[in-house]
Amino acid sequence: MAYKIKDTTCIACGACVCECPNHAISSQDFASVIDPAKCTECVGFFAEPQCVSVCPIPGTCIINQDLPRYAAV
Amino acid sequence: MEPGDRKALAQLRVLQPVSSQSGKAGCGSKSGNGKSGCGSAAGQGDLAPEIWEKVENHPCYSEQAHHHYARMHVAVAPACNIQCNYCNRKYDCSNESRPGVVSERLTPQQAAKKALAVASAIPQMTVLGIAGPGDPLANPEKTFGTFELVAQAAPDIKLCLSTNGLMLPEYVDRIQSLKIDHVTITINMIDPRVGAEIYPWIFFNHKRYTGVEAARILSERQLLGLEMLTARGILCKVNSVMIPGVNDHHLAAVNKAVKQRGAFLHNIMPLISAPEHGTVFGLRGQRGPTAQELKALQDGCEGEMNMMRHCRQCRADAVGLLGEDRSAEFTTEKIQEMDVTYDREQRLAYHERVDLQRSAAEAARKAELETLAGEHSRISILIAVATKGGGRINEHFGHATEFQVYEVGVGGVKFVGHRRVDHYCEGGYAAEDSLETVVRAINDCVAVFVARIGGCPREGLKAAGIEPVDRFGLEYIEQSAIVYYREYLTRVRSGEIKHIERGDADIRQGALIA
Repeated sequence: MAYKIKDTTCIACGACVCECPNHAISSQDFASVIDPAKCTECVGFFAEPQCVSVCPIPGTCIINQDLPRYAAV
Repeated sequence: MEPGDRKALAQLRVLQPVSSQSGKAGCGSKSGNGKSGCGSAAGQGDLAPEIWEKVENHPCYSEQAHHHYARMHVAVAPACNIQCNYCNRKYDCSNESRPGVVSERLTPQQAAKKALAVASAIPQMTVLGIAGPGDPLANPEKTFGTFELVAQAAPDIKLCLSTNGLMLPEYVDRIQSLKIDHVTITINMIDPRVGAEIYPWIFFNHKRYTGVEAARILSERQLLGLEMLTARGILCKVNSVMIPGVNDHHLAAVNKAVKQRGAFLHNIMPLISAPEHGTVFGLRGQRGPTAQELKALQDGCEGEMNMMRHCRQCRADAVGLLGEDRSAEFTTEKIQEMDVTYDREQRLAYHERVDLQRSAAEAARKAELETLAGEHSRISILIAVATKGGGRINEHFGHATEFQVYEVGVGGVKFVGHRRVDHYCEGGYAAEDSLETVVRAINDCVAVFVARIGGCPREGLKAAGIEPVDRFGLEYIEQSAIVYYREYLTRVRSGEIKHIERGDADIRQGALIA
């Protein structure tokens, strides 16, 4: 039901923090963190998940496989 | 800057440097809107007084000012909205000196305190810039928040920002209201097909665009932003990265397009693409230009508008004169402990002294240039200079981390670039390969001016056909260059030496450890 950010590759630039329509992302010291309770995968807001689209590091904003897809809920 | 401050500064200018490069293409060029002139050259030239006032103490906008004045960048803007093939946002190392790289990120409050601390400790500091490490306008609240705090506390510090231009049209009004009167836009292309080779994607209006479409949107926004800024009288410099085989031939068209839209200065920089930086270009083996390729392009564009040749492609958190980086003295930790008092009077007194020095150097150059009146020769030569700033030959050969390169001909002397080199003296003893590095970097020069030089490198330079010259130690650079040139012509005519065209030189890639 949410995206998550790989803290091993995130550079904590914060680009995703400003773009998230749900204000689900916060800036930590070394990586940005998505609150899975707030993430809607941008469904209802935008055609593409904003964190994925703005992230400069490929493969960093990824679907959290442990949770069901938001659209399917 | 408040009107009153402007007046106070204006009154301090006892002597205005007045000069122009005589007989050089570009200086006399007429631009459609009267904005073009000789800003990057020796002095005021044919610049309108209001433009000269804005650039005369700005190290990144005036070649002459960069010998005397310092800038600082504060890294408050980590987010970016485009991807460039010459940039790798993952790389972050204190030993790496190039755009997009910083050691630590600051909040607006930390950045403002840092600006005041640096301005108090380094009276040369006249300019506060925000250049990243991402894009300032992708972080508008942090960027403008910082500027607001600094403008309140230190209204005499000039504010400037450097952007990729994607969000520029949105923020032109805010830029104007904050009196940010210098903006740099990086424009590498006006043809989206060229752009598609440079930019893999942009993020705009909540959508990621790729390919030609991305480049088309970016280019339209850049040129629109440029037009909007110049229409409001805000000075715009355009940066372009020269990428051989990608946009090198295209940059002449870019030069025309930005000049048409009122850009005041064009800074064509060499691509930095060492593979260890991990950029797309670096990993693909895309090479940067040689020194002579870069100079030829800059020379070719000079008839169109002012060219900037003193850019050091510095880090987004650099502090100090161009070519030096004192950022390690001003880490967040150290600044938190500092008791900062902003002494404006002391700064103004320093600036007054610098004005007098600049005027004296300028007078010496002009007087010396008159001795070349009536000379006819097609010979022009390049001279490398070891300097710590102040417009004088005041650096030991072995301590130089860069050489400034001047071109001299019968028309006059002009700064044409700088070459980074490793310290020749490393760990107290000189290494042979270090001298080779220096020779490669200044191979197109006939002489190198130094304050002092040891016997060993002296012989090595001679063997490479570069004359080491230490008799002008502590003298003014431009005046000495003219003296040397005049004697050079005499020596050629008497047959003592033979003038031969020098070869090309390397532009050094990799880390400058400051």
